[in-house]
Amino acid sequence: MDTLMLSRIQFGANISFHILFPTITIALGWVLLFFKLRFNATGNARWMEAYRFWVKVFALSFAMGVVSGITMSFQFGTNWPGFMETVGNIAGPLLAYEVMTAFFLEAVFLGIMLFGFSRVPGWLHTLATFLVAFGTTMSAFWILVLNSWMHTPQGFEVREGVAHATSWFEIIFNPSMPYRLSHMLLASGLTVAFLIAGLSAFRWLLGDRSKSVQVTMKTGVYMGALLIPLQIFMGDMHGLNTLEHQPQKVAAMEGNWDTQSHVPLLLFALLDEEARENRMEVAIPNMASIILKHKAEGVVPGLNDFVTEEGEVMHPPVAPVFWSFRIMVGTGFAMLFLSWGAAILMLRKRRGPEGVPKLMMLAMVPMAFSGWVATLAGWYTTEIGRQPWLVQGVLTTEMAVADVPAPFVGTTLGAYLSIYALLLSAYIGVLFFLARKAVDGDVPRPRTPLSGHAVTREIPAE
Amino acid sequence: MELFGDPAVWLPFTFAALMGVSILIYVVLDGFDLGVGVLFPFATDEEKDMMVASIGPFWDANETWLVLAIGLLLVAFPTAHGTILTALYLPVAIMLIGLILRGVAFEFRVKAPTPHKATWNWLFFIGSLMTSLSQGFMLGKYVMGLESTLGTWAFAMITAVFLTVAYSMIGACWLIIKTEGILQGKAVDWAKGGIWGLVLGLGAVSLATPLVSARIFDKWFTYPEILLLAPLPILSAVMVMMLWRSLQRLPNATDAGSKGPFACAITLFILAFSGLAYSFYPYVVPEKLTIYEAASAPESLMIILVGAIVVIPMIGGYTALAYWVFKGKASELRYD
Repeated sequence: MDTLMLSRIQFGANISFHILFPTITIALGWVLLFFKLRFNATGNARWMEAYRFWVKVFALSFAMGVVSGITMSFQFGTNWPGFMETVGNIAGPLLAYEVMTAFFLEAVFLGIMLFGFSRVPGWLHTLATFLVAFGTTMSAFWILVLNSWMHTPQGFEVREGVAHATSWFEIIFNPSMPYRLSHMLLASGLTVAFLIAGLSAFRWLLGDRSKSVQVTMKTGVYMGALLIPLQIFMGDMHGLNTLEHQPQKVAAMEGNWDTQSHVPLLLFALLDEEARENRMEVAIPNMASIILKHKAEGVVPGLNDFVTEEGEVMHPPVAPVFWSFRIMVGTGFAMLFLSWGAAILMLRKRRGPEGVPKLMMLAMVPMAFSGWVATLAGWYTTEIGRQPWLVQGVLTTEMAVADVPAPFVGTTLGAYLSIYALLLSAYIGVLFFLARKAVDGDVPRPRTPLSGHAVTREIPAE
Repeated sequence: MELFGDPAVWLPFTFAALMGVSILIYVVLDGFDLGVGVLFPFATDEEKDMMVASIGPFWDANETWLVLAIGLLLVAFPTAHGTILTALYLPVAIMLIGLILRGVAFEFRVKAPTPHKATWNWLFFIGSLMTSLSQGFMLGKYVMGLESTLGTWAFAMITAVFLTVAYSMIGACWLIIKTEGILQGKAVDWAKGGIWGLVLGLGAVSLATPLVSARIFDKWFTYPEILLLAPLPILSAVMVMMLWRSLQRLPNATDAGSKGPFACAITLFILAFSGLAYSFYPYVVPEKLTIYEAASAPESLMIILVGAIVVIPMIGGYTALAYWVFKGKASELRYD
């Protein structure tokens, strides 16, 4: 493979691994604040138990996010120097504001949030929790501003091949930003909702009937049930926004080759990018036109409009976008059915988790990671859907890549992939280990004294 | 903004200064927590817990200074960022893998099942070592003008070792402040054992820098510039002596002067950094690209500067708060 493809896979692998963890910490920060505020209001220990369990997950996820994020900030330079050389005047300030207003805030107050409960006054601990949650959200804001600008750039002019900012208001409030930001924040909320519900279900199945597992179960399920309809609505709005600004992406999502009316919604198709046609289509007639244009006669753009007269393909590869999109939507509907089903059963006669049958509890455990699946599939849809552009209409991916020898990139890619595989399995393993340990009761077990003197210390922070 | 003259001149200078200060803060702060990691093999398991407790609440924020420094290079000098990082492709990758391993090891070593703890302790050490060595290597390559020859590689290997030893020294000085008893006694010995790394590192870089570049040679050894530079080696020698003497007096019953070695070590790092900054100015890519040639458009730098002026004092404020909350001798890190 050539340097371009290897560099793309490397950045794709890094950013995919990275996004798993911010997706958790963005919303989990606010959930922790909710637990803490409930504890402050009620003085009920169950909320603090919930806080202590989930703050461990937060700490672990945060560390994973930080280290994989640092990797990315370096890869801009090591692999994609053309990006900053061309659009650095716009990307630079946005990234700088992310570091200055978000990274330091979260990193500094995280220490107080994790280890400061008995060292600082209660209000300061609550404030630290708030500031960490606020910091993660600010970070999401700035990076999504930049990402959205790469999809729908405005507020700049190109002088001597370099983009210069003309209006920061237009850059920040670019057309896709509000939709993309809302879509991502809701995705984070859903990821956390299902993670909490899933791990709580796991504890429940192991026989944990503590009050804290009941409150986290309820929090997870109700949060999921509340957010998923909002997300489906927001996803639709985001799709319509994409249709307006990046029609080639929507054409790939729909697998639609020719601009026409009465476009069907494809449930399945084999996409032949050589012959530029679909085979073995399973479709709902007119449905794509109805979703995108709200009428069957609605004209939906086709991929063939994005091939130049010289035959250069200026639309994304179709199959990855088409399938990623279907995986995201499918996962979304699975979330809808599961969270609504569980919420109704829990609300009926106010039975709480007792009302949820075992089979449904079992289904919740693997669904703990449904948010990850949907988030990754969604990002693949939108990012692969932007190809061959890195910044839509301004800079192609090919123009930005570094001239690093392919074997170098191949070596580092191999190293990153093996570390990510190791860390991901360790991470998931530790989540379930922490859950099992919580079931057994988080009590210090007696340790064998070392070298004669008795070990009286309690277990360290875990 | 004509107030300070041409913004195409003072803005790049301001940003180079900001970036320099960030790198310096990073090297001192992450230097001590990387150094603590490098010292892991010399400690018992109980001591390892205490060593991590002494840096646990701080490491994350310390590392953020690296993100800020590299971010400033990225945003203020985009062409230099690309040139430097592609030239240092492999050492950067090794550093990143090191940072990943040690960063997650902080969490995994106490959250994974107990039998895995030894493995994560080991990975914490390996990660800290990889990071320190690769940073020293990059320093050497940078001093050598980012050239790739057998000689520059050899020199970079040497600076890799010296910087790692220097980090372990400042790490040991941090432990002297944060620990007591047997561990503190060990830390004093580690610090004494690490001084040679700092001295040889300073010496090697100081000897090599003017030899690599005639421009730097002239800057150092012609009158009157030589007067500007003269205080640096003199002060450094004085600081090394003070460091040695302060270590001689430790540990003691009242813990008097336990902050002395760390203060001396910081001063030495500042002096070393000033020397480098003095030599390389105005170049950001040695001998190839000046900060004025590499700078982003003034209007983009301006909007960052406005933010920086508001935000950086706040960062300083709450960083101080965190160090104050966790002041004194380290105790076990607990969530409750």
